Formats: sequence, C-alpha cells, structure tokens
Amino acid sequence: MNELPKYHALKVDAAKCIGCTHCMKACPTEAIRVVNGLAVIDHERCVDCGQCHRACPARAFYVEQDDLAKIRGFKYRVILFPSIMIGQFPEKYSENQIYQGLMKVGFTHIFEVEQPMQVLIDSVTEYLANPDVSKPAISTYCPAIVRLIQSRYPSLTENLILRKAPHDMAAHFAIERLLLEGASRDEIGLFYATPCIAKIASVKSPVGERESIVDGVVNMNHLYNEVMKVISEDDENDHSVQRENLSKEGILWSLTRGESCHFGSRSMAIDGIHNVVRFLERVENDQVKGIDFLELRACDQSCAGGILLTGNRFMTVERLERRARQYNSASKISRTTIKVDIEELKQKLVIDFIRSKPLFIFGKERVKAMEKMSKAQRIVCFLPGIDCGACGSPNCHALAEDMINNKAKMSDCVFLQQMWEDEGRIDARKAFLNVQKKWGTDRFKADCNKRGGRNEGF
Amino acid sequence: MKLFFPIQGGDFTQAGIPSSEVKKVLKQLGIDGKTIKNIVIALYEAEVNVVAHAYRGTVNVEIDEHKITILVSDEGPGIADIELAMQPGYSTASRKVREMGFGAGMGLPNIKKNTDEMLIESEVGKGTTVKMINYFE
Repeated sequence: MNELPKYHALKVDAAKCIGCTHCMKACPTEAIRVVNGLAVIDHERCVDCGQCHRACPARAFYVEQDDLAKIRGFKYRVILFPSIMIGQFPEKYSENQIYQGLMKVGFTHIFEVEQPMQVLIDSVTEYLANPDVSKPAISTYCPAIVRLIQSRYPSLTENLILRKAPHDMAAHFAIERLLLEGASRDEIGLFYATPCIAKIASVKSPVGERESIVDGVVNMNHLYNEVMKVISEDDENDHSVQRENLSKEGILWSLTRGESCHFGSRSMAIDGIHNVVRFLERVENDQVKGIDFLELRACDQSCAGGILLTGNRFMTVERLERRARQYNSASKISRTTIKVDIEELKQKLVIDFIRSKPLFIFGKERVKAMEKMSKAQRIVCFLPGIDCGACGSPNCHALAEDMINNKAKMSDCVFLQQMWEDEGRIDARKAFLNVQKKWGTDRFKADCNKRGGRNEGF
Repeated sequence: MKLFFPIQGGDFTQAGIPSSEVKKVLKQLGIDGKTIKNIVIALYEAEVNVVAHAYRGTVNVEIDEHKITILVSDEGPGIADIELAMQPGYSTASRKVREMGFGAGMGLPNIKKNTDEMLIESEVGKGTTVKMINYFE
C-alpha cells in the first residue's frame, strides 16, 4: 500500500529559539538536537506528541494550520471537533451559543466527532471478540501513541486495534448525512479543529490510509479565539438537533478511561507519554499479564491536556463530566436518529494493516552495528555521565551514538574540552570557538532579557 | 560485545533492569521481535530468581553475530534437586515472595521454554549459575 508521506505540522521558529535544551530533554524519542544554537527536529523519529512544544520556555515551537478562508469555497462548510472544545469556553456560554459562534465564523454544519459512538463501540467490541487478537489489545485512538509503537516498540504493532478513531468516523458520518440532505460530495468542505499536533498528522496523512478526506485543519486555540470574537450571551438559537447523536460515552471518550471502561474484562488507561513509554517497556517484556485492553494517551489528562487547548485541563475534565450527565447513553440513540447506513459506516472504520517502522537500529548489517555499539559504549566511558545537554544531544549516551553516526565530535563535550585544555592538548581559543560553533555567538552576548532574566525560574 | 549487570538479592524494585537494557541493545542491533521477546522473558525470570532466592548475583551477556549467551550467577542457597525445580509449579519461594506476585514455580520452566539452550549448575549452600543461549535468525 502506498501510504502518504508523513506530514509534520510542528516547526521551530529560528527567531525565537534560544537553544536552551528543554525540548531536547523532554522528547520521548530523542528526536531533537541543538545545532548552531537552534533546536532541530528529526522528523523520522518525531511522533508528534508535542512534549517539546509544552517544554519550550521561549514559545519557539509553532504549529502550521490551514487558512480558515479555504472553507468559503464550499456550499456545505463542516467543522468537526472533539467534544473537549466545548469544555474550553467560559461557563456563561451555553452549548447553543458556542454552536452559534461557530456558525458566525462561517460554518454551516457542526459535528462533534464522537458520534454516533455506539457504532465505534460495537466495531471495537467485535474486533476484540476474535480469539486471534494479540493481548493486551492497544487502542489506536491517540496517533502519537500509534507512531511511538510503530517506531520504538515495533513488536507491539500487532497489538494495535485495527479500527479508526472518532474523528475518522465523524468525517464519514458528516459526509453521509449531508449526501442524504441532497449535497453533492464536491460541495462539502470538511475542516477539523485539532487539540494536538498528532491529530493533525493523522488527519493529513492517516496511518494505513491512502488519502485524507478532510480539506483543512485548524488549531483549536485559533478557532477558540475566532469564536470568542463573535460569541454572544444573548443568542437564543437552538442547535440541539445537530447534537442528537451525541452521547454520554461520546463526550467522555477523549478523557482518560473514556475508552477503556467499555472494553475487555480487564482494561487499563495510561496517560502522559513518559508514563506510556515506561509501561510499554513492561508490556514488551511480557510482564503485563491478563490485561485485555489498553488505552494509551500521549497527554496528561488525555485530550483535555492537548497542547492546542486554551483552558486548564483539570477544569476541562470537570466540565465535560458534568456535561456528559445531561446526555443519553449511546445505546439509547436509535437508528432512525442516526439515519445513515450503520453497516456501511462500520466498514469505513476498518484499518487493513499497520506497519511497524523500527527506527532505533544501528544499521542493517549486524556485525557492523555491533562494532558501532561497542564503540559507543567505549566513548561513554570518557563522557561525564551527567547528561547536561551542553553538547547539543539529550544525554551522554545519545552523544556517543551521534558520534559513531558521524553527527557529533568528541570536542562537542564541554567536559572533555576543559580536560584537554588543562592537559594542554588544545588552546583556550580553539576550545572557545568549538563551543561558539555549537551554540552561536548570541549565547555569549550579555543580554538581560535572556531566559532567567525575568525571574521566570519556577 | 559484552554487557555486565549486578543484581541485589531481595530487591524486587531492581528486577527487570538488566532485561530492559539487553532488550534495548538487541533492538538497536535489529534482532527480530520474537527472538528479543524470548530472550527478555528468560532473562527476566532468571533475574527474579536471583532477587527472590539469592543474596546477590551478576548477569554477564555476550552477543556475537549469530547468538546471545547470558550467564546469570548468584551466591545463594543453591538448588538441591534441579530436576524437581524444573517441574512447572514447583516452588520453594517464601510466602512473602508469593504475596508479591512472584514464586509461582514457573521461573525455570519459562527460561527453558524461551531459550534455545539452557544449562543449570548449582551447589547447595553456595549458589547457582544459569547459562542461556538464544540463536538469532
């Protein structure tokens, strides 16, 4: 299958980046290096989890998005967004007022993506009923987790549940509904409001898919700002008909345990990518026994902690839990309300195959790879082992690996340089130029606006 | 290439570190997932044996082009009847160890199942050495 090339929305603004190493240290796949005083992302290794964006004190990471104006060319202008978006707005605004705000921004149809939820729940339940499924079956809900498993835990790729996420379902659902209303496919424009970077990549280049059916992606915080410009407490329009397929389960789906509570006799939910990494090590070692279903999410508090949200994640969770209480259970929503052909929709949720993409290999030839690794081990003996990051690699071991891959030199280590200077092996000038080359001249200029200058330590 | 790890008897928090490190190396060498899994399961069981029964031990790993040889040696009570210890379900683990979820009597049988070659040498009152070999595809 020809998959789409991996799309990356995450970029570093060279004018803002100060090469401070915070992002490099936060990255769960060691995908970032500091080169010439700037953070550089290795897009092969990056899983789009957004930890770097979160860790950056200089706000140097930004997320590319599509121009909302692109939607104007369509007759049916659809906005798809996960329910957590409703949890972002101040409580004084009602659901209807938020919907009205989205209409004022220019959309004609509004679909929260977690509907019709029973279709997805049934589809996953059927999948899990197959005795050949590898346990623990791992949800493919969070795209950052899927990419993490493909690259760092390739042997667990077979545990991934071959069913799509709600945003894929909703896109198909929205199209089918509008076709029933009499629209033709080319009149329908779909925009997806994303809470995170990983969803952007998964919407633009879906895992195991040939093409994306969404016409554009907008960052949720951007859309929030747009809606806040036009929203009004005085609006009395009723949009509840657009939410008739929304359920309790759907609203809670993107929160931690929102999925796992529905599947298997024993299930677990883990949020936060570093927690997930530690847990997957155990799963891979076969130390997790008897678990049927694993819900793994890259962000703390799952999607409520998405980096493109505006609100506090804990408050978002509380609001959504409260909102969910006002909705019916998914199983109570009838086929006549859903309208579209449920079996057909279910078919669209099937993923054929997810390929593993092991990335952390030292080369195809085992003997050469072993030589390289032994060499890296010897190099580590000479490094200080404090993982200071001043070399531009996330830790001493990563520096050693970079060296044997010809991406770094011994002189990149400031400790070794100091020692060589002391031993008279290089002169002070040369040593200084080495460091300057790594960090750029600006790091050495006096500047009271530098990081730390405004007492922002805590 | 060679790897070495010490193991402290009685410290269950440390069990699993050598197997995780070995796994990382094998993944970097591009060894297939199934073989890695077997090796890691066997090594983890051997580590837990040392932690559960012995005073202290060591893990010595040697990897070459075609195979991995792991030697887990401990100073401990030793095994009086190796044949009996190899029977699934046979265990001498203390109640305390069992309460922690270990000591089900599957350790040695599991090592046997997950290795291509396995050799146990033991002297009562001195210690035990388990040698495991797995061949790469």
